[in-house]
Amino acid sequence: MKIKILWALLALVIVGLIAVPWITSYFYIFIFTEILILGLFAASFNLIFGYTGMLSFGHAAFFGIGSYAMALVLIHLEWPFVVGLLLSMGVSALLALIIGFFCVRLNEVYFAMLTLAFGMMVFAIAYQWRSVTNGSDGLAGFSLGSFGLGLDLTLANPAVYYHVVLAIVVIASAVLYLVCRSSFGMILRAIRQNPERVSFAGLNVRTYRLVAFVIAGSFAGLAGGLMAPFLRVASPELLHWSMSAEPILMAILGGTGYFLGPFVGSAVFVLLETWITSFTESWMLVLGIILALMVIFFRKGLLGTVLDWWMEIKK
Amino acid sequence: MSGIGSALLNSLDIGLLLFIIAVGLNIVFGVLNIINFAHGALYMLGAYLAFTLINIVGMPFWAALLLAPLGVAILAVLIDRFLLRHIYSRDIADSLLLTFALLLIINESVRMIWGSGIQVVQPPQLLAGSMDIMGSSIPTYSLFVIVMGLALLAGLWFLFNRTRIGRIMRAAALDRDMAEVLCINTRLVVTGVFAFGAWLAAVGGVIAAPMRALDPGMGDKIIIESFIVVVIGGLGSFPGALLGAIILGLIHGVGGRYFPEVNMLLPFLGMALVLLFKPNGIMGKGAAA
Repeated sequence: MKIKILWALLALVIVGLIAVPWITSYFYIFIFTEILILGLFAASFNLIFGYTGMLSFGHAAFFGIGSYAMALVLIHLEWPFVVGLLLSMGVSALLALIIGFFCVRLNEVYFAMLTLAFGMMVFAIAYQWRSVTNGSDGLAGFSLGSFGLGLDLTLANPAVYYHVVLAIVVIASAVLYLVCRSSFGMILRAIRQNPERVSFAGLNVRTYRLVAFVIAGSFAGLAGGLMAPFLRVASPELLHWSMSAEPILMAILGGTGYFLGPFVGSAVFVLLETWITSFTESWMLVLGIILALMVIFFRKGLLGTVLDWWMEIKK
Repeated sequence: MSGIGSALLNSLDIGLLLFIIAVGLNIVFGVLNIINFAHGALYMLGAYLAFTLINIVGMPFWAALLLAPLGVAILAVLIDRFLLRHIYSRDIADSLLLTFALLLIINESVRMIWGSGIQVVQPPQLLAGSMDIMGSSIPTYSLFVIVMGLALLAGLWFLFNRTRIGRIMRAAALDRDMAEVLCINTRLVVTGVFAFGAWLAAVGGVIAAPMRALDPGMGDKIIIESFIVVVIGGLGSFPGALLGAIILGLIHGVGGRYFPEVNMLLPFLGMALVLLFKPNGIMGKGAAA
């Protein structure tokens, strides 16, 4: 019964999201586009953090490389948007395969440090390889062409772009959700709880970790591919470690134990940022305090705390 | 002085400054098993407190070198008592997250108190200018940094190997439960070690203040550098922090001069290579992760 109510609630939220351009101001179209893209980024991160138990400090590498791939496609090749997105995913998946191959060998702090090192190496390359990446200025000045798939969409229109992002994020999330719910996803959760036992059961923990890492990387790349046309620029900041910290914050804010937690975290993060920066410049101070309280007292996150409480009361 | 000579000297002073900061991070990790993401922010706080004491209050540099780290250490005691005590028994990821929250709070507080602009601290009269050594002129302040680094190195070595406090810290690092059984107040050791780590970070901050311009992003830069140092040398290893700092100093000093097109990449490449081939660091011991 309660599960049905939750699904109904989710359907209501999606209907609400579809209606956003008609019921809110122009400004909020941008806000919600950002929430969706960062939400997908955070959800992809949570596949390795919340589900598999690996704290990566280099997830922005895949997000950023997806952005650069999209920007390069739009500038040099002028291929349709959908092809750019697929390429973003492919390039990120390849990068995740290379980085992941080395990283999944290590645990805990060492894993966090190695992902940080690789992430910053990608950042350094984007920063210093000026002929391809245009250095610290980043790639800008690309125009959005056709969407592809025979659809005639004006992507330059923010409302249209918002709906495209919404559709892609919903589809991508559904795929990610199926991955999490599959037997593969259950093995990932088992690895988080007790890697030794999983390997005693005859499963190769490293391979599972690597596959999870590549899937997470490719979806982060998809989110990055959506981000570049939204920001109209692909810059090294998208690859920096502080960008890797954002999905961590969002996952913690929303809750790592539920699939939709990172999306809730993304919404809270972006909305709070918008509202708080409108009357004070110290948004980071507020964020720091909230994060500290969440880590100490509400480790399950907002969604996790609320849902667990709601599932407890009157069965 | 020849190009390579000054590059080496430059590497040594960067390296020893990094050592002072990173060794604090390493001691805290060794004893408390937490990675203090806010370590760089505490370093920055030391530098800004020195700025206030010297430029606003008008104290001499030496007084600031004494007082600013003390102030930061007191703050660290409060952080330990009110925040970190909740998460000591948890997963190491939680300590990373909580200290990251702390980093955000300290960074923003610094921005609110001192502004986002750049501040400058002048070196004391005694250390301004340069000295002639073997026919070449060397900035006196570089020599001061090297002397301070070596003095702290010797002091720390003495503390850990020759004093009772050092032995207690090492005992707590090895086996905290056993130390408790032997009537060591481990709560006190934990607080003391965290404050001591913060003190070292702040000493590094005060020393760095006259060499580098102060801005609210300086802590973020140094924490990543410190991570590189402790990873290269070995997490939790005291000699490792020195070796890692010298190596990173060389990468910056020599690499920055001769390979400017990849100078940002080199430190991270070094860090990744060490993690891959010797995950516990060059001086690290024990089983691989």
